Amino acid sequence: MEIAQVATIAGKEFWDRIRNRWVLAVAAVFTVFALAIAYFGGAQQGAVGFRSIEFTIASLVSLVIYLIPLIALVLGFDAIVGERERGSLDLLLSMPITRFELLLGKYLGLAGALAFSTVAGFGLVALVLATQLELGALLHYFGFMLSSVLLGMAFLSLAVMVSVFAADRTRASGMAIALWFFFVLVFDLLLLGALVVTSGQYGGEIFPYLLLANPADVFRILNIFSLEDVRTLYGLATVFPAALAEPWLLGLVMLGWIAAPLAIATWRFRK
Amino acid sequence: MASISPDAARTAPPPVITARQVVKHYGRVHAVDGVDLDIAQGELFGLIGHNGAGKSTLFKMMLGLIPPTSGEIRIAGTAVTGKGFRAVRRRVGYLPENVVLYENLTGLETLQFFAQLKGVTHPACPAVLERVGLTHAAKRRVREYSKGMRQRLGFAQALLGKPQILFLDEPTNGLDPEAIREFYAILRALRAEGVTVVLTSHILSEIQERVDRLAIMATGKIRAVGTVQALREQMDLPLWIDLRIAPSDLEAVRTALGQLPVSAIEAHDDHVSVRCARDAKMAVIEALAALDGRVLDLHVREPSLEDVFFGFSD
Repeated sequence: MEIAQVATIAGKEFWDRIRNRWVLAVAAVFTVFALAIAYFGGAQQGAVGFRSIEFTIASLVSLVIYLIPLIALVLGFDAIVGERERGSLDLLLSMPITRFELLLGKYLGLAGALAFSTVAGFGLVALVLATQLELGALLHYFGFMLSSVLLGMAFLSLAVMVSVFAADRTRASGMAIALWFFFVLVFDLLLLGALVVTSGQYGGEIFPYLLLANPADVFRILNIFSLEDVRTLYGLATVFPAALAEPWLLGLVMLGWIAAPLAIATWRFRK
Repeated sequence: MASISPDAARTAPPPVITARQVVKHYGRVHAVDGVDLDIAQGELFGLIGHNGAGKSTLFKMMLGLIPPTSGEIRIAGTAVTGKGFRAVRRRVGYLPENVVLYENLTGLETLQFFAQLKGVTHPACPAVLERVGLTHAAKRRVREYSKGMRQRLGFAQALLGKPQILFLDEPTNGLDPEAIREFYAILRALRAEGVTVVLTSHILSEIQERVDRLAIMATGKIRAVGTVQALREQMDLPLWIDLRIAPSDLEAVRTALGQLPVSAIEAHDDHVSVRCARDAKMAVIEALAALDGRVLDLHVREPSLEDVFFGFSD
């Protein structure tokens, strides 16, 4: 593999997103949402103003779990199929570059743009909150930011895979939306349904492992379990064994979710 | 496949592009069906054929973009599907049909992007833009470019890194006549430097004066390869003799040619066109000369490449 080729493609994708203000727009969305949640999240309870980092992160997790997968899928769904449909793919592939290098470069460039937006958007909020937070709370917040980046990378990887498999952009967008529905909306309902139908007789042992089969759930567990107060709030502690809740282990699962779709995409793209 | 070899006697340089029994099937469609081809270094080679004849598929296989179902293509001695082909790609330029470039980049940025991929340094880009006459538009975005300018930029991209082999698919699409002339001037200069050029064109009259040799493709097969003149002779198409006479002399002309193998006589006022077999040409001209100056002017029209082309591809 030639790193220079990967870097050229990645650089173009990244700067394209900077130049068309995609990065700026997404970062602004994150900042505005995070600030709104931090300061007005408790308005229903009659309180306005920053309450606690636990409360803020728990609310942000619920938001990010919908938003970031969607943004990542929209960002990546036409990475390859878009070039193919426009007719620029043949020229790219006639260059001294392998298909893997092209795919990896596309992924890394888009991932860089998404990570940059996420870190800049939420990081700005951290700066605003910094004076009101202790070191521990800040670390929790950084943990949330890091896991948000990982969540974005995982769904971006799925999006790039879609962009290789789809015959055209329309189908790719359909597949991307279907993935979003499945992982973000349907997956947990299915698990819950299965648990209820079997009266919890079989679910006990497999259930936590099945949660690992969804990057969105991995993200939720990563954040919820790092906060003692919130864990009991969500009632997840009863079903999720502490042994699996190790951040490094969940982090590894997330990396697997980044690597696996890319590997499948590479295999398919080479064919 | 017809083989014509007036130029085989010429001590030809070794082929830089070779195709051996190349086949490409898409399901039951035989897009390319057993192609053998040798293209020598420094040759300006034309590939012509109808849409769907298999030209673009053959082109893409030559560039290693799609693998052949069977057979082998070698460029500069390296199999296009092999691992060593990346090194060859640095010396190959490609202009796809209807080239699509990135709308959001400027002309110069476009070249710099492709230069990086080809391992060419950025300072080389302005000179290439100059060569295709786009210096004035270097800092404008491609979305503001006309069709002709995009085509020039696509050509510029193919010229990056002093390629030894150029694959140009319909390169003069969208160019005005002046630009077409400039384009072929660049090709001639490149050929003089030993660059091999393979191009397709649907404007046959344009290609016929400019290529060294050409191949005619139809239904996935190469029907004929050779110089334009060799193909004409091999096809043995009738030629036209155009005359100018006084309209009142038409009957005299008809009578004079009455015993000769003339297949058609078409008259429009004082212009008369006579169609005859190639080997009857001198007999017809002598018969016309014997009309005591009644023929005011005479011009022999060779079959065009279109005629040759349709002769081979039908």
